[in-house]
Amino acid sequence: MTHVKLSDVSGPYFGQYGGRFVPEALIAALDELETEFRKAAEDPAFAAELQRLHREYTGRPSPLTEVPRFAAHAGGGDTGAVRVFLKREDLNHTGSHKINNVLGQALLVKRMGKKRLIAETGAGQHGVATATAAALMDLECVVYMGEEDTRRQALNVARMRLLGAEVVPVKIGSRTLKDAINEALRDWVANVESTHYLLGTVTGPHPFPEMVRQFHRIIGEEAREQILERAGRLPDVVAACVGGGSNALGIFNAFLDDEGVELRGFEAGGEGIESGRHAARFSGGALGVLHGAKSYLLQDDEGQTLPSHSVSAGLDYPSVGPAHSWLHDLGRATYEPVTDDEAMEAFRLLCRTEGIIPAIESAHALAGALRVGQAAAAQGRTGPDGEPLVLLVNLSGRGDKDVATAARWFGLLDGAEGGAAAEELERQEGRG
Amino acid sequence: MSTVTEQASGPHTRSATADLIARLREQENRPALVGYLPVGYPSVDRSIEALKTLVDHGVDIIELGIPYTDPVLDGPVIQAAAQGALDAGAHVRDVFRVVAELTAYAPHVPVLVMTYWNPVLKYGADAFARDLAAAGGAGLITPDLIPDEGADWIAASEAHGLDRVFLVAPSSTPERLRLTAGQSRGFVYAASLMGVTGVRSEVGSRAEQLVADTRAAGATNVCVGLGVATGAQATEVGRFADGVIVGSALVRPLLSDGPLPDDEWAVRLTNLAEVTEDLAAGVRSARAHAPADTPAGATTTSGEAL
Repeated sequence: MTHVKLSDVSGPYFGQYGGRFVPEALIAALDELETEFRKAAEDPAFAAELQRLHREYTGRPSPLTEVPRFAAHAGGGDTGAVRVFLKREDLNHTGSHKINNVLGQALLVKRMGKKRLIAETGAGQHGVATATAAALMDLECVVYMGEEDTRRQALNVARMRLLGAEVVPVKIGSRTLKDAINEALRDWVANVESTHYLLGTVTGPHPFPEMVRQFHRIIGEEAREQILERAGRLPDVVAACVGGGSNALGIFNAFLDDEGVELRGFEAGGEGIESGRHAARFSGGALGVLHGAKSYLLQDDEGQTLPSHSVSAGLDYPSVGPAHSWLHDLGRATYEPVTDDEAMEAFRLLCRTEGIIPAIESAHALAGALRVGQAAAAQGRTGPDGEPLVLLVNLSGRGDKDVATAARWFGLLDGAEGGAAAEELERQEGRG
Repeated sequence: MSTVTEQASGPHTRSATADLIARLREQENRPALVGYLPVGYPSVDRSIEALKTLVDHGVDIIELGIPYTDPVLDGPVIQAAAQGALDAGAHVRDVFRVVAELTAYAPHVPVLVMTYWNPVLKYGADAFARDLAAAGGAGLITPDLIPDEGADWIAASEAHGLDRVFLVAPSSTPERLRLTAGQSRGFVYAASLMGVTGVRSEVGSRAEQLVADTRAAGATNVCVGLGVATGAQATEVGRFADGVIVGSALVRPLLSDGPLPDDEWAVRLTNLAEVTEDLAAGVRSARAHAPADTPAGATTTSGEAL
């Protein structure tokens, strides 16, 4: 490890990743944003206002919940040899971690005097959070969303519209998150003087990867304090799902300089790496540039972006935040795919064992935790001095938006699909 | 930050594009017409026919687009053509064949390749520059590569004697105009407005000031693009710019929802020729009655590096 703390490394580059690969028209706005961000970081009034919003509006600190019945499936059995704690970002206002970043950027927008927000969204959580902040702070809001995702996440589309946002279905390309970002960038190039692009994850041109990480580092800082209090020590493993990577970086950041803490990121393995229908950048990607940042990218041998796939709209993105690529290359964090099937099994398990319906994104992290815990149990691995292994999982969002997807997946719908659905449910319950 | 002087002292200071712009300025007192089409739309062979049509009807410099999956600076017309080219199986390497055929057909017409950065990064900047130079290409226009991130491309283009056309925008600060002018070779691409490619009823009112500011920042040749669609607009822009860049208005006559039988394709080419001639007439009349508007750089000799 270098003498510089990993958690303090800032942009524009994380190792060889990051940068600003965008049209010149945006550079002045990015410079202005970086200047305003650095000024705000030095301003106690900004920090105080953000803290007030976290406390009074979002409901922070989010709790840490131990889930022993789930842990029993994660290698713990009846012995309690594995303890699993969930960082409950799902309990935040608007239902996910996304609100942390949105409130931070929206406060910056007020400082910059801009009146219009644009955002992209995949699963809709970032769009809902942005629409919420726009309503709260009296800003105009336009959200770009791939047409395919508007279908998958109709409930969140309705929520955004209720909050006063204009939702624009993007009907070009793969009609998912990637194309929503393309449209948001086009809008931004044309309207940059009046508009802030409220990018929702730790990618994009500098300063977004650094700035979004900064607004999410509260997840890890709270979790670190909470786990020290509850478990009496640092966790052995921190697990998070990784689409763009904002929730993962948010929780990882507080543990980057704790060398004994394993950091595990779980990407969307979709229908399996070999199927080609996945969004596993570290398994199937290579160095490339997309949406302003150099990072790992799913691309063909000519540099064209490949279609990605996941049962989760929020993980269905062909690139990943540059800091994750850097952590991957350093070996400080490891990244592996979780298939749709594994994620949905973990989703069902958390519902049934703990009464918590997670976002399907977060279910990828839960599946990862099951994998890690079961492997540890098989190897006889424990925590220090034979204590139970402690797994900390970032539950980045709740599953309200995913109920329709899950109902279809598990065949819980009445009507024409009902008979087969019920049969499948019984079969699964019998097995579980 | 590199200066104009430093750039001009490099080993490859001749530029086919700058030479041509200087010749048009000195001998014809007019700006260049730069015409854009993507490689491979609706097929590679037909894109070559369309490009030859541009050349035959008055385009001075070709801007040859590499179709890309995520063209964030392009509007719907060019994006549709690029997607059509990809769907039809266009490959990045096709660009070298098209460049070679075009330069054989019209050696006097410089061919600049317009590409987003990732296809070049994947190919390898030096290998791409080598193969483009070998095919007779003049250089690259890079809409999402700014000089700040362009070290690999600057080195490769120096090594292989290619032009580097970086963009400036109405939002560019004086410092950034100096940086971009200093690192560009051939010309500087001035985006006439804040926005993506596409036909517009008016060219950005800030274009003329941007050209003046870019010249003041050290650029010898400044060409204007984004939104220019008609001969009248070409005349207007050509009064103050060294070149007029047209994309969507040339792509639009070729667009089709379905397959084009040969006779329908021939009609498309005729339409393309008409649009091109209108634009060519536009640049030729830009300064016909306004010799006093000759740009400040008019006395510069050919072969300069910006």
